[in-house]
Amino acid sequence: MNTVKKKYTITQLEEIANNIRKSIITMLETAGSGHSAGPLGLADVFTALYFDVLNLDPKNPGWEERDLLVLSNGHTVPVQYATMAHAGFFPKKELLTLRKLGSRLQGHPERVRLPGLETTSGPLGSGLSQAAGMALSLAADDDHSRWVYCIMGDGELDEGNVWEAAMFAAKYKLYNLTIIIDRNNIQIDGPTEDVMPLEDLHAKWESFGWHVIEVDGNNIESVIDACAMARAIVEQPVAIIAHTIPGKNVDFMEYDYRWHGKPPNAEQAKEALKKLRTLDGKIRSEHE
Amino acid sequence: MSGMYIINDLHPERIEKEPIRNGFGRGLVEAGRRNENVVALCADLTESTKMDAFAGEFPERYFEVGVAEQNLVTVASGMAAMGKIPFTSSYAAFSPGRNWEQIRTTVCLNERNVKVVGSHAGVSVGPDGATHQMLEDIALMRVLPHMVVVAPGDSVEAQKATLALAEDERPAYLRLAREATAIFTTSRTPFDLNRAYVLKSGEDVSIIATGTMTYHALIAAEILEKDKINAEVIHVPVIKPLDVNTILASASKTKAVVTAEEAQINGGFGSAVAEVITENNPVPVRRIGIKDRFGESGSPDELMNVFGLSGHHIAMKVHELLQDMGRQ
Repeated sequence: MNTVKKKYTITQLEEIANNIRKSIITMLETAGSGHSAGPLGLADVFTALYFDVLNLDPKNPGWEERDLLVLSNGHTVPVQYATMAHAGFFPKKELLTLRKLGSRLQGHPERVRLPGLETTSGPLGSGLSQAAGMALSLAADDDHSRWVYCIMGDGELDEGNVWEAAMFAAKYKLYNLTIIIDRNNIQIDGPTEDVMPLEDLHAKWESFGWHVIEVDGNNIESVIDACAMARAIVEQPVAIIAHTIPGKNVDFMEYDYRWHGKPPNAEQAKEALKKLRTLDGKIRSEHE
Repeated sequence: MSGMYIINDLHPERIEKEPIRNGFGRGLVEAGRRNENVVALCADLTESTKMDAFAGEFPERYFEVGVAEQNLVTVASGMAAMGKIPFTSSYAAFSPGRNWEQIRTTVCLNERNVKVVGSHAGVSVGPDGATHQMLEDIALMRVLPHMVVVAPGDSVEAQKATLALAEDERPAYLRLAREATAIFTTSRTPFDLNRAYVLKSGEDVSIIATGTMTYHALIAAEILEKDKINAEVIHVPVIKPLDVNTILASASKTKAVVTAEEAQINGGFGSAVAEVITENNPVPVRRIGIKDRFGESGSPDELMNVFGLSGHHIAMKVHELLQDMGRQ
């Protein structure tokens, strides 16, 4: 089966990302709890993936030829829910049920509840192993058309399970596995380099046998290009270190680790939406 | 014996013995032959967890994960997502000992068909000592929603259990022992993931045992027979889901229950039986098992005696219970 995927211009993608950010703010404010900084920072990565990179069918989430996206840092799931809704997996109004009793949009993602999710996550450090297991199975079955992506946080790299999986993926030469590390430099207790230094991150992954690409994770075009480059690397899994700004495009949240784990209140949400609305129509200028 | 196909001569010096894990090894090869989706992953203990035969026959379906139990079960979860039927093995102290949260989140909550095989469970591991004598695994696994928990009584049953689990789509924990264990079942003895089995019927007391302790329960019944106590012996290879009907029917009949397991009695198999009996039809229950302490080095036989896990100890516990109840 061949899907004819709609090709969006970069300007259109940037508009989509801005709308996803607005949804994130509204969802979090309505939920009254949840993480703000990570989802806002990842909106461009998710837009690039769902609206360009991934081979998916929103009307048939279980499509057997789809690419697989594993969200390892489950606390950022509001950005995935918002992106899925904008991509047509489910109605946008369902986003307002986030974290509410009976909702398919659990506080942390549960595969069994929402079609389109590939796994259940929240406890950190276990997504890469699962993605590796998927990639290994595809390779073992000689299925070379499907690709496995895994989104990871930088704080989550403190977990030992991550490095067990890094060694495993290199051992089995999982060429069909690409991870995107959200390098936003914050975690709950503060800057990553204070909590538990990660640098030299590039050298770490390289020394574990991975091909490493670094990009501006808030530049959609760069993310798309990096994913295309990753598909051209044979014999090695690829780590894309995506440098992002936590809280991106909501100035009072940007770079501030205190926004890692809390939602905006009504007033802050109003202010954030105002900021995001001012970006409508002049999106493109930022990267020019 | 009550029509069940079990060995008649249970004498410890004459009965054939074999490590329970050997039956798993044979079952896994057979499961691999029956279904090409069966895959095996091991954390650097391929020979001692008896995955070596599978690795030899199906090298393309065998994956060495290294000493990394967290990765072991999470890679398996990813493979199960793609339709594989992964059996993962290590020592029970490490898997499910070390990787419990990964099993909870990525296997049970995520509803993935992963089989966690924990070898070297119980004090009968022997000289390796407390670090390697896994006693808390039954409690850790039975508390997890969706998890099936199986503790076969001997190697013949372990082989059947492995095949049954390969055909079942639920996450499961298979508990194996290191030491040569008496083979009291035969190839004709039935095995079903929903059943406990009355191996010997009796009226005076119910001895309800799991895993390696069932053989000792049968020995206890022979000892008690000489004292004119007719014990019913129930073998429970599947701790979860528990065959509640068989247990309650027996408890209602004998009105006195002794459980036996080679594991912590706190939260373990005896607790599971006591919960069911207490909630439905309370009768006095006594539990044989490890009583809130760790193991230690020693020979398997010495340790089984020190920890009160022999047939003799079970028989004594029955006497104690019946005396407490004024029935002796």
